[in-house]
Amino acid sequence: MYAQMVTSEATNDDPAKLVAFQARIDAGEKIEPKDWMPEGYRKTLIRQIGQHAHSEIVGQLPEGNWITRAPTLERKAILLAKVQDEAGHGLYLYCAAETLGVSRDELTEALLSGKMKYSSIFNYPTLTWADMGAVGWLVDGAAIMNQVPLQRTSFGPYARAMVRICKEESFHQRQGYDIMMKMAFGTPAQKAMAQDALNRFWYPSLMMFGPSDKDSVHSAQSMAWKIKMNTNDELRQKFVDQTVPQAEYLGLTIPDPAVKWNEDKGGYDFSEPDWSEFFEVIKGNGPCNAERLEARQKAWDDGAWFRDGLMAHASKRATAKVAAE
Amino acid sequence: MTTKADLDKALFEGLCRLGDSTLVLGHRVSEWCGLAPVLEEDIALANVALDLIGQTQLWLGLAAEVEGKGRDADELAFRRDVWEFRNLLLVERPNGDFGHTLMRQFLFDAWHQPMLKALEGSGDSRIAGIAAKAGREVAYHLERSADLVIRLGDGTEESHARMQAALDRLWPYTGEMMAGDSTDAALAEAGIMAAPDSIRPVWDALVAEVLGEATLKAPESTFMHKGGKQGQHSEHLGHMLATMQWLQRAYPDATW
Ligand SMILES: [Fe+2]
Ligand SMILES: [Fe+2]
Repeated sequence: MYAQMVTSEATNDDPAKLVAFQARIDAGEKIEPKDWMPEGYRKTLIRQIGQHAHSEIVGQLPEGNWITRAPTLERKAILLAKVQDEAGHGLYLYCAAETLGVSRDELTEALLSGKMKYSSIFNYPTLTWADMGAVGWLVDGAAIMNQVPLQRTSFGPYARAMVRICKEESFHQRQGYDIMMKMAFGTPAQKAMAQDALNRFWYPSLMMFGPSDKDSVHSAQSMAWKIKMNTNDELRQKFVDQTVPQAEYLGLTIPDPAVKWNEDKGGYDFSEPDWSEFFEVIKGNGPCNAERLEARQKAWDDGAWFRDGLMAHASKRATAKVAAE
Repeated sequence: MTTKADLDKALFEGLCRLGDSTLVLGHRVSEWCGLAPVLEEDIALANVALDLIGQTQLWLGLAAEVEGKGRDADELAFRRDVWEFRNLLLVERPNGDFGHTLMRQFLFDAWHQPMLKALEGSGDSRIAGIAAKAGREVAYHLERSADLVIRLGDGTEESHARMQAALDRLWPYTGEMMAGDSTDAALAEAGIMAAPDSIRPVWDALVAEVLGEATLKAPESTFMHKGGKQGQHSEHLGHMLATMQWLQRAYPDATW
């Protein structure tokens, strides 16, 4: 997911306080920034929200790659608006993280130094215009699976950010599917591009949910705290069940011969992605890891004079104001 | 005596000058996607680019209608070559650093806003309508770009130097905005579009005020490049079009 494999942090707090805290969560109360919270809850949330925010920011790049080549004025405008939304999502999430006592600059530096991660999916290249369709359809589609339940997460600012974000994500998925339809029902070359995009994005999309965590203590703790709402396998199954009929409608083939309806479980059977590839991507060895981080580093470095200039001007203004009073 | 056909031809040119300028600048601004110095700027730049692309759809849509040859805004944007583009040279300047991008935006906005204001009074209600809608968007562009030019001009030594360098480099491309030719004259005479030189006093005053507050100095040289409005461009435009038009050119039978 946008936050993959977030390990929960151990907590050494007063047991009585922990019990009371858990009772609040179990009662469905929202935890607000000023409330007492276990250290582990705070740290896990910073990691999770931070990783989610970084994913929104880095996620601008694979789609930004096609804004200058969008084939019509309308497509260009839609894609621009979509990528702008992602920047906005990053902003809401950094703000939510800031309420936990970590600044946006600190989080940015942790991203650039490699200390914090972003979703593995954004380390795959976007090679044809059909990829703009596949990203909206599959990547935003997978994100929605995770983010819709997170609207009910226990931490108030995170839950509220998710409500705003989810409204926009469904537009993202629709515009992606709309591109896919144009491509899949278009010329033979367009149809071939659409199939190729599905072939390349299918398994990386399944990887977005992370490896099975049904036996993970970290996930169990996060689920008890309601900062994770479902297991990775549950979400992945839901995603496959939603996506297979959509691919059929497009006349495209899921690149997995094992995909088959399973009457007993009421869902599709499918093959697991290659998890060794996933771990390589997480380690930094995906096709675009180096480019993505270089691009963010360059934006940060090149922008330093701009940020410093604005700060200097603000302090000059403040001094002038004091002098005038 | 100007015939209706002559006037339509001039009008098509005039609309392409507006629509191509918003198209090319919108494209340039969109090149920043995901790479701005702060997240708020990523969002603001996308807003500006979106407005400009939207205005392009209106101006070029009307141009195609006036031309009456069955083309549409997309065909004009994606299937014409460099010499058929009528945008100002200023807007095809490469982005450079963020200071260049902002200065280019400000110098253009300071012309764009009063020009749209004047076009609101056009005798052609279609033009007046587009200008009124675009004017609301561009008033905000100008507010933002002027504010940033002031803050960065009067910021650190480095931000000042970068803004001054951008101003020096872009200044010779500003004259074209206010220089009229026979097409402009025909449209002004017909009461359809404002004469470019009528914008001069407002532009001069606005630019002088903002540069003053920004502690920046306009270059003394009065030399000005021209030609964009007549289809004579810099080398940069061809590369932009190669990128922008590539899909439409590579797959001419496809719809998107
Ligand atoms: Fe998003
Ligand atoms: Fe999205």
